[in-house]
Amino acid sequence: MRLPHGILAVLSLATVLGLTACGTSADTSEAADADQSLTVFAAASLQSTFTELGEQYEATHPGTTVTFSFAGSSDLATQLMAGAPADVFASADTLTMDRVAAEELIDGQPEPFATNTLTIGVPQGNPAGITSFEDLSDPGTRVVLCAPQVPCGAAAATAQEAAGITVNAVSEEASVTDTLGKIRSGEADAGLVYVTDVLAAGDSVEGIAFPEAMDALTTYPVAAVAGGNSEHAQGFIDLVTSPVGQQLLTDAGFGAP
Amino acid sequence: MSTTTRAIRHEIPRWVFVLAAGGALFVTLPLVAMIAQVNWSQFVQLITSESSVAALGLSLRTSAIATVLCVVFGVPMALVLARTDFPGQQILRALVLLPLVLPPVVGGIALLYTFGRQGLVGSSLEVLGVSIAFSTTAVVIAQTFVALPFLVLSLEGAIRSAGSRYEAVAATLGARPGTVLRRITLPLVLPGLISGMVLSFARALGEFGATLTFAGSLQGITRTLPLEIYLQREADPDAAVALSLVLVVVAVLVVGLAHRSRPQSGGAQ
Repeated sequence: MRLPHGILAVLSLATVLGLTACGTSADTSEAADADQSLTVFAAASLQSTFTELGEQYEATHPGTTVTFSFAGSSDLATQLMAGAPADVFASADTLTMDRVAAEELIDGQPEPFATNTLTIGVPQGNPAGITSFEDLSDPGTRVVLCAPQVPCGAAAATAQEAAGITVNAVSEEASVTDTLGKIRSGEADAGLVYVTDVLAAGDSVEGIAFPEAMDALTTYPVAAVAGGNSEHAQGFIDLVTSPVGQQLLTDAGFGAP
Repeated sequence: MSTTTRAIRHEIPRWVFVLAAGGALFVTLPLVAMIAQVNWSQFVQLITSESSVAALGLSLRTSAIATVLCVVFGVPMALVLARTDFPGQQILRALVLLPLVLPPVVGGIALLYTFGRQGLVGSSLEVLGVSIAFSTTAVVIAQTFVALPFLVLSLEGAIRSAGSRYEAVAATLGARPGTVLRRITLPLVLPGLISGMVLSFARALGEFGATLTFAGSLQGITRTLPLEIYLQREADPDAAVALSLVLVVVAVLVVGLAHRSRPQSGGAQ
């Protein structure tokens, strides 16, 4: 009986230390130079493009440090509402941006900068031989969707409605990353994910476009966070909407706003 | 018992109490903060919604099955670890207890490559027409994987501290090994077994990472209470807080049960 409690104690201690360590590193990076640092909260799907844009911004603005936090848009919104310090917020859907704006946490008007569309994702080699959206309604096909409560699931529901078919999912995941993971590992025959996810997954996931996806287009807005470093925030937003930023987004599979 | 406790208490320096109080506050304050967030006017409605009831029912069912599996496999494992001595036993023990310190998501990935459709065991099962992925079986497997070490650890400790004198006497009186196990060893360590079962049940009930990675999330099939809370957090934070409170209450009941069986375990020594 003694051992488990001992181990539990060590585990909880490790957790506490881990948390403190995180807190400290964040504090020091912020405290480094308040005027020369830019913190960007961005949807997870923007990770590769925004990281590159961040490096470009640092190169053209010597002395400026751009720090990113990539996560699900809802998670980031919750963190912003809880007072997390950020200068720029880029969300994967307008609904989440509106929620943050309603709390008066946004400076000015959010600017749409990209769109994303759903696609049918299948594991490498397409073992179930999926060719169309209708194939997903076959009873023998194991399809994974996002839960209707999250943006990618809401888009999936819209697409099903537009196509007039019902997909009986074997799992409704809480994030598009989880849905992609089930496809990538071959557990699912197919799933509905974003075009950019399939591109980012490389060879392990193949995409099959379907016309009804255009009815479930998601728009990505970006905005400066109230009380943040407004000068650099606007500078970064300008870079995102500039031809350079738009080209990078197009390369990653995003559509024009 | 009470006199020894009093004698020890005199020897504890005051600053220990201050730190202990700080630690207790650190653990309880987040719970208080969460309870303060509960939307009481809709509480009953939130926890009795169709999806909440389905999630709670599934969690209780799968955790109970996982606990039974932990007993079936964990009791023999604890006996072998406590009562035998062979080369590599230390390494074996460390490996068996590994799920205790592994991040659950790592356990989920490992299970995926074992029981998944293209996994080590799963691919053969798939040929036989048995599919574990996205089924309630996958939830039970994930829960058993993370809960088993708790039972093995508590029971092994209980068996070791119970000693083997009674067993030796019974054996010299001609009792067969099976009889000794059934009539002497298991009754002696019963309190340890019960608290191990309670801990396993609690761990299974709280299982999240491995289930999310390995089993999927579908109402009534694989979406246990922690997964439901995770999903509701996005859409309906009030429901997430209400369900969290339900899980806290169940956890408090379980921990209370485990503590009640501990003094008995001391008496058995």
